[in-house]
Amino acid sequence: MNRFLWPLIGFALLVVVLIVGLRHAPDKEIIASPLIGKPAPTLDVPDLIDSNRRVTGTAQAGRWYLLNVWGTWCVECRAEHAALLAIRDEGRVPIIGLNWKDDDAAAIAWLSQLGNPYQAIGADRDGRVAIDWGVYGAPESFLVNPQGVVVEKQTGVMTAEIWKQRFLPHMDAQRGVAP
Amino acid sequence: MLVELGHFSLVLAMLMSAAQAWFGLAGPALRQPQWSAVAYSAVAGQLLFVGLAAAALLHAFIGNDFSVLYVASNSNSALPTFYRIAAFWGAHEGSLLLWICVLCLWTVAVALRSHHLPRPFASRVLGVLGLVSFGFMLFTLATSNPFRRLLPAALDGRDLNPLLQDFALAVHPPILYAGYVGLSVGFAFACATLIEGRTGQDWARWMRPWTIISWAFLGCGIALGSWWAYYELGWGGYWFWDPVENASFMPWLMATALIHSLAVTDKRGLFKSWTLLLAIGAFSLSLLGTFLVRSGVLVSVHSFAADPARGVFILTFLVIMIGGALSLYAWRAPRLVSSAGFALVSRESMLLFNNILLVVATAVVFGGTLAPLIAETLGLGTLSVGPPYFSPSFMVPVLPLLALLGVGMHARWRRGGLGDARRPVLTIAALAVILGLAICLGAYASRSVLAWVGATLGCWLILSSLIDPVDRMRRKLSLPAAIVGMSMAHIGLGVFVLGVTLVETATVERDVALRAGQGVQLAGYTFTYEGGENIAGPNYNGYRGHVVVTRNGSTVAQLTPEKRNYWVQGSVMTEAGISASWTRDLFAALGEDVGAGAWSLRLQYRPLIRFIWFGALIMAIGGIVTLFDRRYAYASVASAETADATTQRATP
Amino acid sequence: MTPRQRRMTLVAVIVAGVALAGTLALRAFRDNVMFYFDPTKVAAGEVQAGQRFRLGGMVEKGSLMRTPGTLEVNFIVTDFKHRVPVRYANVLPDLFKEGAGMVAHGRLDASGTFVADEVLAKHDENYMPPEVARSLAAGKDAADSKAAGGSY
Repeated sequence: MNRFLWPLIGFALLVVVLIVGLRHAPDKEIIASPLIGKPAPTLDVPDLIDSNRRVTGTAQAGRWYLLNVWGTWCVECRAEHAALLAIRDEGRVPIIGLNWKDDDAAAIAWLSQLGNPYQAIGADRDGRVAIDWGVYGAPESFLVNPQGVVVEKQTGVMTAEIWKQRFLPHMDAQRGVAP
Repeated sequence: MLVELGHFSLVLAMLMSAAQAWFGLAGPALRQPQWSAVAYSAVAGQLLFVGLAAAALLHAFIGNDFSVLYVASNSNSALPTFYRIAAFWGAHEGSLLLWICVLCLWTVAVALRSHHLPRPFASRVLGVLGLVSFGFMLFTLATSNPFRRLLPAALDGRDLNPLLQDFALAVHPPILYAGYVGLSVGFAFACATLIEGRTGQDWARWMRPWTIISWAFLGCGIALGSWWAYYELGWGGYWFWDPVENASFMPWLMATALIHSLAVTDKRGLFKSWTLLLAIGAFSLSLLGTFLVRSGVLVSVHSFAADPARGVFILTFLVIMIGGALSLYAWRAPRLVSSAGFALVSRESMLLFNNILLVVATAVVFGGTLAPLIAETLGLGTLSVGPPYFSPSFMVPVLPLLALLGVGMHARWRRGGLGDARRPVLTIAALAVILGLAICLGAYASRSVLAWVGATLGCWLILSSLIDPVDRMRRKLSLPAAIVGMSMAHIGLGVFVLGVTLVETATVERDVALRAGQGVQLAGYTFTYEGGENIAGPNYNGYRGHVVVTRNGSTVAQLTPEKRNYWVQGSVMTEAGISASWTRDLFAALGEDVGAGAWSLRLQYRPLIRFIWFGALIMAIGGIVTLFDRRYAYASVASAETADATTQRATP
Repeated sequence: MTPRQRRMTLVAVIVAGVALAGTLALRAFRDNVMFYFDPTKVAAGEVQAGQRFRLGGMVEKGSLMRTPGTLEVNFIVTDFKHRVPVRYANVLPDLFKEGAGMVAHGRLDASGTFVADEVLAKHDENYMPPEVARSLAAGKDAADSKAAGGSY
């Protein structure tokens, strides 16, 4: 046996370890998955714009909604804003915003400047609701079906492609089941 | 617009590197000498376009262009201009561009200094470097593009991580990368040698200066990082055996082995295949470090935002480059077997021990770094390996290495023995033992055996390195730069060993809670907390404490540790108050307001800690000094031969 | 010595040395390696008595208690299924806060309190050690939304 082959064999073994390590690496999707297929956690927060009202999940019962977690401090949220506006314009599903650990005035200024894709916005000032939803970092979006079950989740920036490929099919499949 | 231009330039630079790889490698293979000239032109083109790309990103940073995602994520309009420049390499994408820039500069340097090399060989070296560049540019463009736009633009940026807003860390990445990436030159020389199946040893001389320069840069980069961690992290530690630190330390150890092995190959034509393997290994470890740090496979205190998708890409690149080089090695290296004998105690055998011990030391670090990964692969659970493993295990190969070094420097080539140096070496060994005892018992009242061993070895290295230069001066002989540099590097190592030994065995540290006016005793010093006040900086506000240190009633230092709150990222930072001197550092860091008018404080007394970084600096300078030796001044092949003759005479 | 004997001596010395180094390193490894446990595993009694280990989880909101004027801190680490009380008497890292993930090194005492000798948090505030993230995700699965606490 050629002794000069040993380094190559050692390297091959190392690559196997690295591949396994890579598969174990913290994939955001793995962390996100527990909530999918489960009833949506309670959502009951004060309204960002009118603090006398509350934004609740029960108000959405019986129809689809998309919960989007955002903050003005989050650069990626700005990047996905256009995609959210497009989803609003498409009119298939209302977007409920969850303004996470943010300053109310900054959030309102942001919306008047960039446009408001949300039907209603809850203010989660201390981040209590986000923990119930298992939010890993903003932005995150959850699609909840009429039965109140989370069917899809995007960790990170929402784009038109992701919306079309991963979110819309859920609604198409269940069309007509429960209006 | 300029940003798109930068993006486009990077694409063009990638095409240039592809051309450089193809024409550089295919030219000599297909016997098309004019193709090699094209490879040289591709290098020039690459320099132009990489320069443009870097300038575009730099412009975006200085001009606060928050329509660029990377700028918006890592800079802020309140950030001072110097740190806006440093923010360039403050995160993953930009640091990759920095990597590309540094590699481009190395390639240009090789191209400019290649006139004494045989043309086909130089062409192949450039070809291999082109492959490395191509891989990194493709990686950057495909997974980590720093020119990605953020539309609509952010009003202001997310700010640079406050930990990185610091001078040492701003200059740390370029220096570290100069070392990391520089190892690719040795790698390219090794690949070119294997491709050509060169059986001689001339390549060893060509490879030596490049390896030494990158080794010196790498050492400086690691030392800077360690210094930064010491004063900026607020823990007072200088080395954590963290995966990121190990990722830079392993290539350094390997490069150290390579430098010594190259000496044997250059001078005696021995260890040829081993030297080539080390050259491949050193660069492979630096690529592997990149993979570990950026893929999220290992978790570290200072790793980049991890992304497994990037990991897949780097792993593929790793398999192609390292797998390719090692296959080439398995195929070609059997031709390189050399059969010259040497005595059991000779310079050759000592350098062989040096190499083996350094490789074992690398393996110790490697094993500990990858252990969590291997355990997970085998389903043994989640475990972590820390300093309690690394520190003692690392000493196992390193203590004999240091002990043998003092002898090895004086061992003669080939015939063996110590020759005339026998008596001074023995005298100095005895002297070092006594000095070591004196330092431990006398200066630090330490009864630790380890402290005595370390202090003895430190003195042994310093004194033993002086034998040769002193002897030459006394006999009024010339003092070649190679000897001066080597002695300096070994003295630097001795200084470093002294520093580490005393810091590890004689440090006194305590965490305390103090009210204003309260004091505490530490290693003969009295630290008194005198209260503090609120402060406001350009992009933070905070609290500054005052700690007065007295010894025997007289004030020796006034420390002002700070706690800062950077408002853009909302992060809290500890700025330690440090009083530095040659013999000791006094360190105070603020914890937090613990109520009842008291603050928690971390207080430390660390003897000789400056020796650690100072020693590392001397080592690196020593390496650079050897480059001024006449053996590297090749105006022509003939002069190289004379230089060789000089050094033959120079070393008894 | 003939060249052959010389070479064999050299090889023998090297092999013996490397073997010794390997043995010592493996022993140091065995004695000093630290396993990671989350509160659920701690509750299940998977930790051997007196074993030093890494505990990971989230610092429960509202659980941080100081003894004023001293370094002593008590808090509760949770993975939303089980909780472990922690005691610590050194300076806490900058990024340590309620509702954030953390990792601590230490041992369990007789009463089931984790006595930490080191508490770690990362530079990046959005960072979550992967093993902690996994524990929390698994805990969330079981605990639905009952867990009170901050954000992570």
